[in-house]
Amino acid sequence: MRLPYAVDRALVYAVALLLAAWVLVPLYFIGLAAFSTPDAAYSYPKALLPVAPSAETMRFFLDSRGVVSSIVNSFAVALLTIVIALLLGAPAGYALARFAFRGRDAFAVLVLTTKMFPIAILSIPLAVTFLQLGLYDSIVGVALVHSAMALPFVILVTSGVFVAVSHELEEAAQTLGCSRWTAFLRVALPLALPGLAAAAIFTFVISWNEAFASTILTLRSRTLPALVLTALDQSPITFKFAGGFVMAAPAIAFIFLMRRYLLNLWGGR
Amino acid sequence: MNARSIVIVLALVITACSTQGTPSGGAAATDQGSGFVFASTQFTPTTEQEAMRTKILAGYKGAPVDFITDAEGVILDRITAEAKAGGAGKVGLIGLENGQFGSLISGLQDLGSTMDKYKGIPADFVGLGKLGTATQYYVPWMQATYFLAVNKKALPYLPSGADVNALTYDQLITWGKNITDKTGKRMIGLPAGNNSLLHRLLQGYFYPSYTGGLVTTYKSADAETMWGAIKELWKYTNPQSTTYAFMQEPLQSEEVWIGFDHAARLINVLKAKPDDFVAVPAPAGPKGRYFMTVLVGLAIPKTTANQAGAAALIDYLLQPSTQIATLRENSFFPVVKVDIPGDLNPGLKLEADAVAKQAGAKDAKPVPLPVGLGAKGGDLNKAMVDTFQRIVVKGEDIRTVLNEQAALVQKAITDAGATCWGPDGSSTGPCQVK
Amino acid sequence: MTTGRMSVRWRDDALPLALLGPAVLYLLLLIVLPMVQALVLAFQGDDGTFTLEHLRRMTGDVAFRDAIRNTLVLLILIVPAQIVLALVMALLVHSRIRGHEWFLYVYAIPLAISDLAAGILWLSVFTQNGYLNTVLQALGIIKEPIVYLSYENIAMVIGAIVIAESWRATALVLVILVAGLQLIPRDYFEAADLFGASRLRRTVHVVIPLLRPSLQSALIIRTIFAFTTFAAVFALAGRNLPVVAGEAYNWSVVARDPHVAAAYALVLLALAGAMTMVYLRVLGTSETQRAR
Repeated sequence: MRLPYAVDRALVYAVALLLAAWVLVPLYFIGLAAFSTPDAAYSYPKALLPVAPSAETMRFFLDSRGVVSSIVNSFAVALLTIVIALLLGAPAGYALARFAFRGRDAFAVLVLTTKMFPIAILSIPLAVTFLQLGLYDSIVGVALVHSAMALPFVILVTSGVFVAVSHELEEAAQTLGCSRWTAFLRVALPLALPGLAAAAIFTFVISWNEAFASTILTLRSRTLPALVLTALDQSPITFKFAGGFVMAAPAIAFIFLMRRYLLNLWGGR
Repeated sequence: MNARSIVIVLALVITACSTQGTPSGGAAATDQGSGFVFASTQFTPTTEQEAMRTKILAGYKGAPVDFITDAEGVILDRITAEAKAGGAGKVGLIGLENGQFGSLISGLQDLGSTMDKYKGIPADFVGLGKLGTATQYYVPWMQATYFLAVNKKALPYLPSGADVNALTYDQLITWGKNITDKTGKRMIGLPAGNNSLLHRLLQGYFYPSYTGGLVTTYKSADAETMWGAIKELWKYTNPQSTTYAFMQEPLQSEEVWIGFDHAARLINVLKAKPDDFVAVPAPAGPKGRYFMTVLVGLAIPKTTANQAGAAALIDYLLQPSTQIATLRENSFFPVVKVDIPGDLNPGLKLEADAVAKQAGAKDAKPVPLPVGLGAKGGDLNKAMVDTFQRIVVKGEDIRTVLNEQAALVQKAITDAGATCWGPDGSSTGPCQVK
Repeated sequence: MTTGRMSVRWRDDALPLALLGPAVLYLLLLIVLPMVQALVLAFQGDDGTFTLEHLRRMTGDVAFRDAIRNTLVLLILIVPAQIVLALVMALLVHSRIRGHEWFLYVYAIPLAISDLAAGILWLSVFTQNGYLNTVLQALGIIKEPIVYLSYENIAMVIGAIVIAESWRATALVLVILVAGLQLIPRDYFEAADLFGASRLRRTVHVVIPLLRPSLQSALIIRTIFAFTTFAAVFALAGRNLPVVAGEAYNWSVVARDPHVAAAYALVLLALAGAMTMVYLRVLGTSETQRAR
């Protein structure tokens, strides 16, 4: 049995829009809560439309000491994480894309194993080591752990990117007198740059969202999620809503920036 | 011990109401020097941290101070790590509850020579600062307690004959039942979520009020009666209580009308709606109206980065004006003699009244925080909260649970080598569950 | 994705090792070494000797069995929900309906949202004075706000967590599946159409078997992640719903016993490993294919 074409199309779009609403409506609600008065946060029933927008809740959140500096810390950690993870991950991704060699399976297993263990527990021995090395409670220490967390993804994404960049082009450049290095630099790298940028954004996201390692490895140099996590049970609901909004809202921009490379995240082309 | 503790609390009431305060600690410190960290387990809520940094410490003119606060475990680990590392640490001053200093003793300076400066601190508080030794390890800083905050909408449902300022636990249960019968809602609130202070309510209120002890009577017949009463109370308690860390939030949103919590965790709603609320003493049980006094002290680690700076900060924090600022902002009560200002916030006045009524009640019996547990304090708290979870929330058999959990309580006490304290009296070896 | 690319001139193993070496070393130092150290903690007594005391303490804890049960229940509910939801999204995106790029973008937004933020987001929906009750009351479905997040109604708490986690983590599955769909030649879809297969039958009989490698990747990745994420559970359920990863965190941060915390981490590792083996067995493709 087949539905008439028009009905069928309408159905498909209805489902697609419904699913879009499923994603967007909760984001709308947290935005509504973050931009209302604190009184509105306690009231019931709540307004479902932004009838009385107010910056009071957001201002309370941003004025709370530690919040602005934690946002700065989050940025600093994330940028440092990008640098470390790309410097280490891009060459590895390139190697995975270009060479078939023994040990690649072992590498795949290693990557997967790193995800089976809660980062909060990993951080316990790391905290001890970092204390001895003077890295405890420092932005660098957190960035080291975040880049280790992000590294497997960076390798996967960059290898996808380099696979897409034709290997023949590089070889052709070499036959034209380029060394392997200059062939890479002049041919492969420029073509791969947009993909690498997407990998960088994804690395930023991983670091921006990570709460547990940051909580255990810092005391004063809190990142935003660490600050919100430690305050979760102890803060007014207005603080939670504003914090949730500040953490979630950038996702809209992040995903927009990397939308063309989303499929590279898992080895598609 | 009980008699002495009464003295402590009476001293609190007297010092709080006294009008002849003498300035202590001298003028505002002007000591400069390298900045240092003031690490504390107090003021963890964001708003309190905020007030500590921007208001209470605002008048301190000495070296730059970085106030940090976190869960007991995190702070103690940090201090211990610096002590082990030796040399000059970042932490210059620490502010902990009486019971939290135990494991740090070897890394703390003797502050005995400075105590003369701080006049008007009750002798019993000074004594607690010696942690059972001859050395003055900490200087008392501030104090607090727990009581009930009640929405006036609940008052019409009071059981006949009950005085809201002198409730018993039985009356509280009947009160909750009346409300549920008439409105269909469960309007009592207990803080039983993550990071709540439920264990303190058990240690300082329910257990001693029903059994006259805590550790020694952990699985006694009286304890069985008590848990039965808590289960009864729970029937009229908002089921979301297992997610409440602070009672001021659900009180403000009127999810509950009657909330039992720490003064600092009730203050926001009392400040926001002083006309809608009353604050009343904790109820009394068969053994009396037991309540807990929380004493917080200041200590200087041997590894302090700025000796003079830390000492100057203690001076500053104990000045009457700072003590009043601490009361105004974070609702911890003074330990030195101060004049309570007439323009005190109405919400704080409600609290001050409740504190005075609670301490002044005929059957009042104060209890300190657990003493001598050190790092094992967390184990004791967990054992007690787990008892609550199993009996009240999950509905397991009271006798079975008490027998099993008593073993864990005993293990925590024995591991810490803690002798009996407060309502349990004293002992030579580790306190024993009977 | 990389088969058959080995050039004759580049056969030496030295260069790839030099390129991979630093990354591997880094992971060994910052992930594998602390992992081993953490696991040692689970068996180490105060005097440094071997002990099973911590494991006993863990299994004897009030929350232990609940934590295992809740973790598995959440897994069994969340992962299939995500797979189905993501499959529908992926097929919609892949069908090249107008604006499919925008739909992919919108569906992928939660990919960049942490479990902590997602937990808070959904707390604003499910709390007693929250948006769900507001909407239901506005529609006249309820007269009084419902208490969703209560220990008395664990089913509802679990439902709220399943919804929050499905909302957040479906995006990752979606991305894997869309990538997988693109590897399937379009002819298959068209051929199926030609033979008059209805959409559902086409999906079941043609698409799903071809998507098996991607589905397997998605299942394994999601399962492993689901074991270790718990911030949404914290934000929504507090103490009401212990899960293994949450207990590990609580023991390390609240009870300050790294040994018991490490024991819980060991349980997680065992669970995640066991589930991965089960998937590999049941879905039966080789390990290397999955890792891509």
